[in-house]
Parts: sequence; structure tokens; C-alpha cells
Amino acid sequence: MDIDKIDRIIDKYHGEASSLIQILLDIQSENHWLPGEALARVSEVLDVPLTRIQHIATFYKAFSLVPKGRHEIHICMGTACHVRGASRVLDSVQDLTGIKPGETDLDMKFSLETVNCLGCCALGPVMEVDGKPHGKMAPARAIDVLKNYE
Amino acid sequence: MSEILLQIDGKEVKATEGMTVLEAAQKEGIPIPTLCHHQKLEPYGACRVCTVEVEAGGRTRLVASCLYPVEPNLVVKTRSQKIDKIRRVLIEEMMAHAPDSWQLQELAKEYGADRDRFEKEPSFCIHCGLCVRYCAEIKKKNALGFVDRGARREISFIPRIAAQECWNCKECFELCPTSALQAAYVLVQALSPARSSSE
Ligand code: SF4
Ligand code: FES
Ligand code: FES
Repeated sequence: MDIDKIDRIIDKYHGEASSLIQILLDIQSENHWLPGEALARVSEVLDVPLTRIQHIATFYKAFSLVPKGRHEIHICMGTACHVRGASRVLDSVQDLTGIKPGETDLDMKFSLETVNCLGCCALGPVMEVDGKPHGKMAPARAIDVLKNYE
Repeated sequence: MSEILLQIDGKEVKATEGMTVLEAAQKEGIPIPTLCHHQKLEPYGACRVCTVEVEAGGRTRLVASCLYPVEPNLVVKTRSQKIDKIRRVLIEEMMAHAPDSWQLQELAKEYGADRDRFEKEPSFCIHCGLCVRYCAEIKKKNALGFVDRGARREISFIPRIAAQECWNCKECFELCPTSALQAAYVLVQALSPARSSSE
């Protein structure tokens, strides 16, 4: 991620240290993860110790310190989705992408995570891709959905 | 600064506004155990072994004495069955992480704590934050901080800063209540080439 982009995000928040988490979230959503150089730059410009930034970046699950794919798949394993066959959906997605939860494929296309209830149980089983929920999933349908992503 | 009168373990104690109960007790030579407290550092309230009972306005509460400010007519108890039990369990929990810490062993003797009560999880860190806070507040270097959360929280050095500052300082080592080993180990890890090149 280049420095200009990071600086632009920091400028958006007028370089205020109180906006630290918001700045990290913006970098995370634009870049899908937080590279070391980005954290160092934020630390330098906001004048916040890197130790603080690391503490925050490792505390919240919304942040990733390892590279993530272009598309993030979240498969709901909550109770409602589970009883409706979420594990079969997960199996088929694992087969298609070749990765397990917590992993990213070599082409940096997909990252896979499981979650416990996305809050829309009536739609279960639910698979979320880049924040967009896809309801009433079945193994074949989940694969059809993922085929639309480049 | 106005003077405040309070009672600690039945003794009338004079303190000044802004003091903590711990400070007021220490001034009178009344012992309260502490692990995460350090005179030169901001109060932190992480270990809770300094828990005491305070009574104000007819209500009794358990508070961390290193954080709790003195109040007029406060009645403080530094030992009771309840307090001793709380301290004992806290010590037992911390001993699962640092069974050989001499500070914990001393306290264990005093409070009858069983070092093997909980399954061992030797992380050698009880999250007292002394090393982290000392580096930030006194040395102003911020060479190490905490990472991760909950039970997985651990200290971590920033290799770039550590390479410049730590080798000639290491003042945080001796603050550690579990022995200096954990900080030493993590520092060496941060400075080893494999780790810093991947940073
Ligand atoms: S390494 Fe030692 S001093 Fe540092 S937080 Fe852990 S127990 Fe405290
Ligand atoms: S259990 Fe899946 S959305 Fe609630
Ligand atoms: S000394 Fe008070 S909480 Fe640790």
C-alpha cells in the first residue's frame, strides 16, 4: 500500500490521534489488511507509539496483520445456520477455494472465515461475501455465488 | 491540599486529598500486598491483590486500594476472611502462569495459596503491565507493548526500537514480578534476524 494513499486517509481525519481506530479501519477496508509500513506511517504522522497501534490492531478482530484476499467470505456457523446445513456449505466452499477458515488462497482472491451468527437467522444458512449477505445457501448455490467474483 | 481523616484497620489515619487508600496505608506502615503497583507509575489496577474492603455511607465495597482515592471518614479493612480468600484465589490463578515467581511464592505462603490448584499454563506473564508502562511513562521509548487480547495477551517488543534502545537499558527486566525471563526471552525473539526481517 503506498504512502500517499495512507496519508490521504489520515488527512481525511485531519491527522487527529483520536481518530486512530477509524483510520485503521479505513486502511483495512481499502487494503484488506494492515501492512507494517502502514502502521509505521500512521504512528509517525499521528505521533502515537507503535506499541499502542499494535495493541489495538491485534485486539480487534476487524483488523488483520496478515495479507487477505480481495474478497472476504464469512460463513455463518451459528445455531440456526448450523441446523440448516451450514457445515455442508462450508465444505463445498472449502473445496472450491482450497482454503480453510482463517486462510487466504495463493492468488489472493479469497479469504475464508467462519462466524457465529450474522444476525439474520431467518435467511440461514448465510454466507457473506465482502459484507453482502447471501441467504438460503446450499452447497451448489454457494459455489454459483462465488463464481461471480473475480 | 485539604487533610482527610479516615480509618484503616481501626487506626485513625491522616491523608491528603488525591492520595489513594494504598498510599495512605503505606504512609502509616500498614501493609497491603501489591503486584502491579509502582510508585513512579500511574495507577493501573491490573492484579487486584491490593483489594481491600471500604465502608462509606453504610455500604461496604471491595475496591482496589491502589486506585481508590481517600475519602473523609472512610473505614478501610485490609484483612478479612473475604479479602484473604480473594487474594488467595488471585495468587493461585497467577501461579498457573508463573509458578516460580518468588513474589507470588511469598504471597502464597502468607495467604495459604496452593500453587498447583489450577492447571499450569506457563506464560511467565501475569499482565501486570509494569514493563510496558515503565518503558512508556518513565523511559518514554515505547519499545514494548501488549498484543492480542484476553488470555492470549502477551508482551511484544517493536524490533526497530528495541534494537536501538533495549540492550543498554533492560531496566524493565527487574520490575517483572514473575522473573525477568519473559521479557528477556521476548526481547531476544524480537531482535533475532528471522523475526525482524519478516516485520
Ligand atoms: S512480562 Fe513481567 S513485567 Fe511485563 S507485564 Fe508480564 S508480568 Fe508484568
Ligand atoms: S445463525 Fe446464522 S445468521 Fe444467525
Ligand atoms: S496493586 Fe492494585 S491492582 Fe495491582
